Amino acid sequence: MNLKRKNPALYYLQRTGFYILVAVITIYLMVPFLWAVLTSFRRSGDLFLQPLQFVTAPSTLNNYRDVFANENFINGLGYSLLVAVGAVAISLLFGSFAAYALGRFRFKGKSMIMYIILAVSVFPQIAVLGGLFTLIRTFDMYNNPIALVFSYLIFTIPFTVWVLTSFVRDIPGELEEAALVDGASPLRTLFSVLFPVMMPALVTTGLLAFINAWNEYLFALTFMGTRRTVPVVIANYSGATQFDQPWGQIMAASIVVTVPLIILVLVFQRNIVSGLTAGAVKG
Amino acid sequence: MTTNATPKLDAPIRRRGIEAARAQQALWLLLPTLIAIALVAGYPLYRTIFFSLFEASLTTPDERTFLGIGNFWFTTAEGVQLGFLQDPKWWEAVKNTMLFTVVSVFLETVFGMIIALVVNTAFPGRAFLRTAMLVPWAIPTVVSAQMWGYMYNDSFGLIGRGLLGGQALLANTDSAIWALIAVDVWKTTSFMALLILAGLQSLPTDMYEAADMDGATKWTQFWRMTLPLLRPALLVALVFRSLDALRVFDVMYVMLGPVNAGTTSMTGYARLQLIDNSLLGMGSAVSVAIFLIIMVIVVLYVTAFRVKFD
Repeated sequence: MNLKRKNPALYYLQRTGFYILVAVITIYLMVPFLWAVLTSFRRSGDLFLQPLQFVTAPSTLNNYRDVFANENFINGLGYSLLVAVGAVAISLLFGSFAAYALGRFRFKGKSMIMYIILAVSVFPQIAVLGGLFTLIRTFDMYNNPIALVFSYLIFTIPFTVWVLTSFVRDIPGELEEAALVDGASPLRTLFSVLFPVMMPALVTTGLLAFINAWNEYLFALTFMGTRRTVPVVIANYSGATQFDQPWGQIMAASIVVTVPLIILVLVFQRNIVSGLTAGAVKG
Repeated sequence: MTTNATPKLDAPIRRRGIEAARAQQALWLLLPTLIAIALVAGYPLYRTIFFSLFEASLTTPDERTFLGIGNFWFTTAEGVQLGFLQDPKWWEAVKNTMLFTVVSVFLETVFGMIIALVVNTAFPGRAFLRTAMLVPWAIPTVVSAQMWGYMYNDSFGLIGRGLLGGQALLANTDSAIWALIAVDVWKTTSFMALLILAGLQSLPTDMYEAADMDGATKWTQFWRMTLPLLRPALLVALVFRSLDALRVFDVMYVMLGPVNAGTTSMTGYARLQLIDNSLLGMGSAVSVAIFLIIMVIVVLYVTAFRVKFD
């Protein structure tokens, strides 16, 4: 503030430098995505154009039309939704029980359980890939979305337990004590007293777990044959001919699966930051 | 007097009774989670360790022969080296994964810090930048891999054709690893920035006012105050990012394909052996090695930096 009066030249130089930095950061963060958006609206023949001509070339919705006519893609959306919602629902239910126990009860072996859950959350998925694959084969569940729901619990459960526990700890104890004195069972206390208070936390945690499940690739690639989830469809997107990469369509499909996520993330911006910090910074 | 004595005697017993009941209730509440973890993590991990000691095919896991550590290290009488630890491709994957982890996590921390510091200052358009910051993070990894794959393309891409004049960046393993680092840095810098920003916003402002009064430059304030105070938040973010980078798979597999991903990431190598080559025993052995590497690094991090998770 003083600099403005003391040394205006330096002040404005600093200001300009700062805004250049802001511009560089914005371009860096946004350009790859905007370029993908632009490509999704261009005809395949126009992809050869020089950047400037490419930007001004006429737009078309053909890529989106093709993407939505693609059965694999539509089915992929369905399977992704089913699998992600399934895994998140189970994780939230189990996770809130566990979080209630870990955040509110005192018992022997609690920190041991916390460490086990933490260890599982840093688990490399590849370490269970072979084991899970043979199990899935044994139960004849290959290519079955239920197998995928089940396998996704390996990362959604530790995450929800961990984040919800830190939320449960922050809820004042009086609420629950009143219910306890009235003789309510723990399950009843959880459902009628804690759940309403935990609602924002459940939404945030659910959303973050959903994003992780929606994006999962390794298990989806390995445990499903024909019933591919959306990331696998996008990774293997092929056009009419085998040797031609239909970039316009790939970008359109990419935008279709990304835009809902971006909207969700923007709507829940504040909650997401608190959810991430509860999950990562506090541990 | 006697009426006073009874509760004195009773209280500890009753409290212990309540505590025992609470402990039992806690166990019931934890049971579904513990069972789920045992089923999806514990038992499959045990199977993986078990199969790592056998020669078995993925399609017929029941017809197996015991090898001991043969999947890890085995030389036949003719001098043919069969253990994966004797495979130069595994070591290439290890080298590339380590390079990827160190460089990308370092760059993410530096860029994340810069972005967080910028967003933490008041300026018009700050809200917009805060929002823009979330975009790369919200994009699925496979999508960002395809987006960058397109930008790196030598005949269509903004970078491959535009900046580099038609060089196929991804065709050459030495340049590919740097191209992949760039993708990961772009994708996850936001995550770092978010965590650092949350840390920055919890720092007390009056301390900075005092430092301003004392005439400390912004630079000194950053090195002497901000950085030490951010240390705990920064360390935990670093641990999580490094572990993510060590088990990287999606970016390599989508952008390079199964075979080349096998020499760029440890996970890619394991999956190539396990699934594409159907070598259940060999692939499991590699998985066990990755598991051990990651667990050792977790322990090192936690003890060296005394990261607290409670």
